[in-house]
Amino acid sequence: MTDFVALSKHHTSEAAAKQLRRRRFAEWRLKAYGVLAIFLSGLALVTLLWTVIGNATGVVREHYVTLPVALPADEIDPDNMIAADFGGIAKTALRSHFPHVTGRKEKRALNDVISSGAAFELREEVVKDNSLIGQRIEYRFLASDVTDLYLKGEYGAMDLQPSLGALEIQEADEKGYVFGGDPQLFAPALPLIQAELLKRAARLDQLAMQEANGVRVFEERLLEATEETRAEIEGQITARRAKMEKAIADAQAFRAAATQDRYVGEMDEFFPSLFIKAKGGWAKITEITETGGKAAFVKPVEVTGALAEGDYQFFMNARGEVTRKIKDNHVIWVEDLRADGRIDSNFNWRFFTAGDSREPEQAGIWGALVGSALTMLVTFFLAFPVGVLSAIYLEEFAPRNRLTDFVEVNINNLAAVPSIVFGLLGLSVFLGVFGVPRSAPLAGGIVLALMSLPTIIIASRAAIRAVPPSIRDAALGLGASRLQTSFHHVLPLAMPGILTGSIIAMAQALGETAPLIMIGMVAFIVDIPDGIFDSASVLPVQVFRWADLPERAFEARTAAAIVVLLVFLVLMNALAVFLRKRFERRW
Amino acid sequence: MATATKKSPTKKKAPVRAKRHMSVTDSMPSKIVAKDVHVFYADNEAIKGVDVNIPEKAVTAFIGPSGCGKSTFLRAINRMNDTIDICRMTGLIELDGQDIYDPAIDPVQLRAQVGMVFQKPNPFPKSIYDNVAYGPKIHGLTSSKSDLDDLVEWALQRAGLWDEVKDRMDQPGTGLSGGQQQRLCIARAVAVQPTVILMDEPCSALDPIATDRIEDLIHELRENFTLVIVTHSMAQAERVSQKTCYFHLGHLVEQGDTKQIFKNPQDERTRDYIFGRIG
Repeated sequence: MTDFVALSKHHTSEAAAKQLRRRRFAEWRLKAYGVLAIFLSGLALVTLLWTVIGNATGVVREHYVTLPVALPADEIDPDNMIAADFGGIAKTALRSHFPHVTGRKEKRALNDVISSGAAFELREEVVKDNSLIGQRIEYRFLASDVTDLYLKGEYGAMDLQPSLGALEIQEADEKGYVFGGDPQLFAPALPLIQAELLKRAARLDQLAMQEANGVRVFEERLLEATEETRAEIEGQITARRAKMEKAIADAQAFRAAATQDRYVGEMDEFFPSLFIKAKGGWAKITEITETGGKAAFVKPVEVTGALAEGDYQFFMNARGEVTRKIKDNHVIWVEDLRADGRIDSNFNWRFFTAGDSREPEQAGIWGALVGSALTMLVTFFLAFPVGVLSAIYLEEFAPRNRLTDFVEVNINNLAAVPSIVFGLLGLSVFLGVFGVPRSAPLAGGIVLALMSLPTIIIASRAAIRAVPPSIRDAALGLGASRLQTSFHHVLPLAMPGILTGSIIAMAQALGETAPLIMIGMVAFIVDIPDGIFDSASVLPVQVFRWADLPERAFEARTAAAIVVLLVFLVLMNALAVFLRKRFERRW
Repeated sequence: MATATKKSPTKKKAPVRAKRHMSVTDSMPSKIVAKDVHVFYADNEAIKGVDVNIPEKAVTAFIGPSGCGKSTFLRAINRMNDTIDICRMTGLIELDGQDIYDPAIDPVQLRAQVGMVFQKPNPFPKSIYDNVAYGPKIHGLTSSKSDLDDLVEWALQRAGLWDEVKDRMDQPGTGLSGGQQQRLCIARAVAVQPTVILMDEPCSALDPIATDRIEDLIHELRENFTLVIVTHSMAQAERVSQKTCYFHLGHLVEQGDTKQIFKNPQDERTRDYIFGRIG
């Protein structure tokens, strides 16, 4: 800013200049605060969207496992399809594809490769086409949530490592083999192993400190010990000191091992998983020795003699088995299926068309979305007319007296009542007295309508009050009645403001969970609601329920449900903006 | 809500009688007769006992300094004060011999007979056509669309606006210039076919050329309507009106033929005001 030159002497004094500087700085500061505030809120918004959308991307695709499945005619009665054991048929299909899986536990684990709901879909397929009975078909089974997450890279990936030279199979049986080879083979895993060793050393340090503390406590007790207790306390001290010394020694050993340029020892489930794939079989490294290592079969194969460099592949999953839900044998099955081209994926339409499910891979948002839409319809058709008419009456017709003042104060107070109170009211009055069906959009809609009414009334009154009185005078002066004045002139002009207020109230109602908990809309409801009397869930409640479930795959579904909720909101607001523009008039 | 009671207010002061001239307008038939009209805003008495005759098919001007109650009295004539909660009124106002504050009277019907034009042009935010057609529509003045079209054209012609807007009847009335908007408001009032038109400082927001057009219009409207105009411009009162009433602090100080009032005011306060010593 350049100073204006032709200033009178009154404006060029030191005090005037100081005042000017102060004023300019104050303006600059205010602008800076504004920019900073906008920047911070923008940053918060971007972070929110980034996190939510980032988490939600896990839902975009779903995986399928194609397996040959026999549909024996003697097990499926076309007239009594319910009785047929399609779950067994699906399990049989898996087992016949993986004949090497034998143990009881392993067999059960194998069933987890595909979704437990896939059998029901197979049944529906067969119900649709009875001619399939007695045939052997290739069927696309929906992958289980764990399989799906592994395929999306949630549990680490099987990375192919460089194989170095030949492996000498020294001993082999049906459980595994001992091999000799270049110790450098394990070099890629070394940093991870060292990190794990240091972690163990740290844990042992902690243990040693605890024991040292115990020793000190007992030494203090020893000072006051009687003859009888002395022996016992001394025993405690010795034992604890021994434990402490062992822990310290072990920790030192781990630290020393972590500094070595190679690791020799057992490979337990805390270390990264290392695999050797040879001749179609898989073996997991269980121990690294001076000359090579020991491997246990995950998928057995007969190997003898030497494996030349090209005959085997060496894989590593950087995450130890304990840190992931998917176990190593499951990984190997999925990898085999993938190598056979039996795994494919497609866009996850299921998420947008299915109702809720206990199985994350089958759970969808459509039920909650329909429930929310129905609830919002009920809310709107109750709250909007009642709210707008109340506002018109209070603004245009009601006399100003103690009663209307009382009503006004109460409306303002109702807007601040915690929403769960409305839920309690709905439970005791609408469900209890009027017998509105529990969990139904009707009940939810009524409760949310009560909740949004004060907001709608307050916003509508403000909008009506903002209509210039000259418009009312003009209409009244022409001989229009007060009713005609209100409905022909005031209401159309107030409509944009009324709609804005109503949409804010509706958006608030859409995101409300607490009052719906009271009227049973938190129930686990699989079916898509058919109408306002059906049991239903709503989007925020769905988010709330999924966020609570332990399955990892629900994490992405929760985020995706939030995205759907936000999109629903944006669409609703877009509708409001559209309506506003249509009603907006200048005066 | 304003309530009309025949009873006088409890503390009755001696009425301030307006000075009267022997005049031409007194011999004309009266359209509106007001007797001892008091108007209160809550406890504040804005009109303190006004008696006036408003001659038929003539222009009566209300003049006086700001806050003297001209507009309040004007609004009492078509019961627009009813819309103000705290406003009360006592006394008698008769239109064609009928008490307009009779509880049996529907103010809506009264306002159809007594149209009003306001200080600030206030067209509805609708098309020019809808602005004019609204009154006839709500009163059911026409039975067919073509009748309505004719009525709208007639009203716009009466208001001298037809030639300017006939090609853009569907455009918003708010898009017109200030003077045009005020003539649209006059056309809107005329379209209801009242017998009286009240004008509350209709030219105060307009430039001299637009004012001139409105004044010409007032001359023409006099043939068919009884007009009452509140104005701050003494020159305007002199130009357009036949009768002038001078209000001062809620009293009707002087009334009479415009020519006489402006030539030879009887009351000192009127004289001071008209000759520019106050106000």
